[in-house]
Amino acid sequence: MNDPDTRTTSAGNGSEVDAVAAAAADAHGLSQRIEVPDHGDRIQPAAPAEVIVSIRDVSVAYGGNVAVKDVSFDIHRGEVTALIGPSGCGKSTLLRCLNRMNDLIPSARVGGEILYHGQDLYGPDVDPVQVRKVIGMVFQKPNPFPKSIYDNIAFGPRVLGMKGDMDQIVERALRRGALWDEVKDRLKENAFGMSGGQQQRLCIARTLAIEPDVILMDEPCSALDPISTHKIEDLMLELKQDYSIVIVTHNMQQAARISDCTAFFTVEMDEADERKRHGRVVEYDTTERVFQNPADPRTEAYVSGRVG
Amino acid sequence: MSLDRLQPGGSARTQLAVVGARSTTLTAQNGGDKLKGNLFYALLLLAIAFALAGLTAIVVQAFVKGSPALSTHLLTDPPSAIADRAGFRPAIVGTLYLIVGVIFLVVPLGVGAAVYLEEYADRTRWWNRLVELNIQNLAGVPSIIYGILGLAFIVRGPLDLGFILAAGSLTLALLVLPTVILASREAIRAVPPSIREGSLALGATQWQTIRRQVLPASIPGILTGVILAISRAIGETAPLLLVGAATFVTFNPSFFSDDGYTALPVLIFNYATRPQDEFRVLASAGVIVMLVVLLAMNAFAVWLRNRYEQQW
Repeated sequence: MNDPDTRTTSAGNGSEVDAVAAAAADAHGLSQRIEVPDHGDRIQPAAPAEVIVSIRDVSVAYGGNVAVKDVSFDIHRGEVTALIGPSGCGKSTLLRCLNRMNDLIPSARVGGEILYHGQDLYGPDVDPVQVRKVIGMVFQKPNPFPKSIYDNIAFGPRVLGMKGDMDQIVERALRRGALWDEVKDRLKENAFGMSGGQQQRLCIARTLAIEPDVILMDEPCSALDPISTHKIEDLMLELKQDYSIVIVTHNMQQAARISDCTAFFTVEMDEADERKRHGRVVEYDTTERVFQNPADPRTEAYVSGRVG
Repeated sequence: MSLDRLQPGGSARTQLAVVGARSTTLTAQNGGDKLKGNLFYALLLLAIAFALAGLTAIVVQAFVKGSPALSTHLLTDPPSAIADRAGFRPAIVGTLYLIVGVIFLVVPLGVGAAVYLEEYADRTRWWNRLVELNIQNLAGVPSIIYGILGLAFIVRGPLDLGFILAAGSLTLALLVLPTVILASREAIRAVPPSIREGSLALGATQWQTIRRQVLPASIPGILTGVILAISRAIGETAPLLLVGAATFVTFNPSFFSDDGYTALPVLIFNYATRPQDEFRVLASAGVIVMLVVLLAMNAFAVWLRNRYEQQW
């Protein structure tokens, strides 16, 4: 977007390492760069995108075990930010900090700052319930409530005491979630009767109904077939006009297809204790640079499919 | 049928593996294993036959012995010294009142305690673990101990309610409370964490999540606990005797009057200990009446449970 280097957190010397990694990859003949499709809107933006969430030196520990360490990057308005990396590198842990879902785990400790419009989400006066009203979340496995489709959508607006005609709120959310045409005749039926892909879109629509600012998605397509995945990806590209989306994904093609910026996480050994591991962000940049011209050899190795 | 069609393709090693796997599945079990399996199956059948036989014997015995006395006047007449005119009306009404009182006390207390233990209590604190351990143990405490407790603390002592029906309800409620707490905890625990997370992620508070997601989803399990509790409470005699259930009451009881009250098992016990044969027949008929009352209450609870039943 604007100057890409300002977004790079990696301290590595870009061009030199890059060349070595590329040479190594070519020698093995295994390297396959993933094409990043052009979204058009990413090239030459009129103004630098507004920073909506700023993650600064965040570390998360469960009990004494550090899960993810010293993470810093920004999330911009109207963009999809992808978090990629091998299993156990703390992507989901970090994502769950962004709407304070980690509060549900008593042993979790969060250090550093997560600034949402400049306000620290972990500040002493911040109510996690209020945070979750503006930063919604969609989970890995579709988790509709054991209620009707209508009540699934209406639950959020009802508990938040939203004013207005509930039928309209539900219809608007289902339309935005690209589900209205499929379910408009069976709103009173149990949500468990829907297919997995429909259930996940219901969960997205449920989040949209409370009109959040940011939507967090934790591997939203990992339990879905390719067609449902495709529908949800289309939906995300459409939703990013109005919402900022952060998605954790193991599918690198997916990250390349839908995200504007990508943070690559990896697992590192602890310096003091070899048995302990923690996650760290190796590289954060525009998706194009992460996939086409990564600064760090570890990113190169991961996105080209040589490891992980 | 040609075997060729069944031959797998692939390398020699694959073929060998497939042939090996097939031969394993097709070989019969050896004699010893089969015998052990059959023996175990026979033991299981024996266990269930024994349990069913005991149950059938009691019911058949009650029906055979009690059927001569079965008539509607059992339901409408008060007890009497004359066997022909003796009925169970005050006892039936007393038992119904007792159970209604138990339900009103035990459902909010039991569900409340279960919600606290499952959703709010910090397991790392020793006092919460102590409470958990004690509730499990309390479920096995003999009922007579609750009777003495009721006499000392409810009828007399701090509450000083006197020998009234409400004191009986309170004592029985304490007796079955652990059952309801344990069953409710199981039901609450069975609600998947993903439901709670989904609700909280929408900005619902913890209480809203419990009230609108967790409790509605655990109603069937909670009702199962209530059914078990009613079934136990309805048959209890010993604690009731201690907290004032009289054996011979000819008028319908009320919750708070100290005129005395009685319950079905107490009156059955009274009739069964009388010397005349007619009263023993009456006692058997009373057992039938009690079974019918119990089944009617449980049928209602089961119907209620099935209305809320859902699968994940």
